[in-house]
Amino acid sequence: MGLCSSWDGTISYSEFFDAARALSEKWKLSNSACPPWTWICCKKSFWVSSHEEQGYLSLENFYCCSISKEGPYHDQSQSFGEEPVDDAALDDPCAPEVHQYDFHIVYSASYRVPVLYFRGYHCDGQPLTVDDIEKGLPANALKTLKESKWTFMTREEHPYLNRPWYTLHACGTSEWMKLMFSDSSSTQHGAVVEQYLVSWLSVVGQVVGLQVPLEMLKSSNLKPPFSSD
Amino acid sequence: MGAVGSEAQKLVWEGTIPLEIRLHESEITTHPPPPPALILGPRLGYLPLLAQQVKPYFSDTLPPGADTVWFEYKGLPLKWHIPIGVLFDLLCGEPERPWNLTVHFRGYPTDLLSPCEDEDSVKWSFINSLKEAAYIINGNCKNIMNMSQSDQLDLWQSLVNGKIESFLRISSKLKLGIVGEEGYSTMTSCSIVSRQTRQTTGDVDTPGPNRTGRIPVRLYVRSVGDDVDDFGDITPVDNWDEISYVNRPLEFHDEDGKLLTLYDALKILLPELFEVEPSIAQESSRMDIEELRTTETTSNPQDLENAINSRCKETKETPDECQSQCFPYRKTEIKLVRIQGIEPKLVIPFAWVVKNLTNPDHFLHISVFVNASLDQPT
Repeated sequence: MGLCSSWDGTISYSEFFDAARALSEKWKLSNSACPPWTWICCKKSFWVSSHEEQGYLSLENFYCCSISKEGPYHDQSQSFGEEPVDDAALDDPCAPEVHQYDFHIVYSASYRVPVLYFRGYHCDGQPLTVDDIEKGLPANALKTLKESKWTFMTREEHPYLNRPWYTLHACGTSEWMKLMFSDSSSTQHGAVVEQYLVSWLSVVGQVVGLQVPLEMLKSSNLKPPFSSD
Repeated sequence: MGAVGSEAQKLVWEGTIPLEIRLHESEITTHPPPPPALILGPRLGYLPLLAQQVKPYFSDTLPPGADTVWFEYKGLPLKWHIPIGVLFDLLCGEPERPWNLTVHFRGYPTDLLSPCEDEDSVKWSFINSLKEAAYIINGNCKNIMNMSQSDQLDLWQSLVNGKIESFLRISSKLKLGIVGEEGYSTMTSCSIVSRQTRQTTGDVDTPGPNRTGRIPVRLYVRSVGDDVDDFGDITPVDNWDEISYVNRPLEFHDEDGKLLTLYDALKILLPELFEVEPSIAQESSRMDIEELRTTETTSNPQDLENAINSRCKETKETPDECQSQCFPYRKTEIKLVRIQGIEPKLVIPFAWVVKNLTNPDHFLHISVFVNASLDQPT
């Protein structure tokens, strides 16, 4: 067991900042067709200066095909936007509807873990409702949503934007993050930080149809925890 | 055990704000317009919970449609998940009694406010906040997740009905006491290690919940412009972007003995407001106070304050000047701190503040007014 057994699965803000940079770089290498993760710096407008660069990671204008109900997983490769959206496909009433998503990864000082905030639009710019989002959820996420309406995914205040965004609750994150790294041979805490957000996103992204390419996880000794193989 | 609140806690629970609520003119279909509803809003309550009480005043004049209640103050849609008392402390520079609010039953601003379907939305917002507090305090939220359905309901009902005894009876089972009887001494004898120090040592030492004390705090920082003396004159908030919301727990280590005051706590929570190099005179008066704080062995806030006052006399300053000089001039400066409608002296022990002025969600909600000149370099 490589890691210090007392590690509780959480990271500090400065570690989050480092992990964000690592995710952003790896994403660019493995996912060049996809919009990049960029760091959005939030200066508190009237504060003179700040010790830390307050901010969050952002990936916007991500196009995602609404997944058909009967096959939540099989055609997820489509959701990568690797192929440009075909105009003809949009006219086809049988084609899956294309939704546009914005994803933000915000650090929670309370839970000391990253939290995903997101919003989605129809192609005509209308915001997605919970029902629209539900239709796109993989079966297991949908099940969780039905069982725990208030503690899994809700619409809440975005901590930096003062607007309601959908968010996935973070109260269990540290526990499963700890599990993810428990059989890692990595002994360096720095290596854990490096891989932290990539691993986190490989789980959380599945809920919203954002998949982390396998090669991003391969660079360490980690296995994607919930992959089918 | 533990189910008896302190005198101060009881006062906080009894706290109400007289409200004068008018229906928005766009929703009035009758003439003459209905008179305003005059009701008392519990400080610890939430605005949507007043809907049932307010509705009868206006139900005859509403246009057809489904109700989704929301409130505004001077054009600002009010966030319903913030307790009523906190909204009042934050948005009324000079306390306004009665507080003039406008109610809407139509046209919910879905782009600005989180959805609020019914009382369940408010209840779960509260429970999720409690969960967050539990995580901060204990490093997990098992006690909240494992709460029985009936306890959960009773806890919520006791908040809705303002019943402190039954609230404390159930919440004492949740083991969220940071500053219970034994915790008080722990906290008053703890030293503070700044967030920065902790983070730079993160690689070597990742503290578990047992070694780090964390206290749930929500801060609302409002800029009131430069040179404001009369809080009745400040421009009303017309956009939530004018308020900086800081959701950052206070972290402390219990090592050597140093009294943690509200001043110390604010300095840890908002280092941005304390890092400007003060002039020499300010520096010396600040050192005096720091020195007093470290040399005073008493934990009695009154004694500490007397000591500071007498020190101020020696330097021919009024206590107010002395205290205000704790904050750096020229740039951003704290003008006012409000908690539960009280403007506490900054020398009081933070443990007392937490024990007595915390909301039922176990968060301490602090409104901070700062001045900020607009021509600051960014």
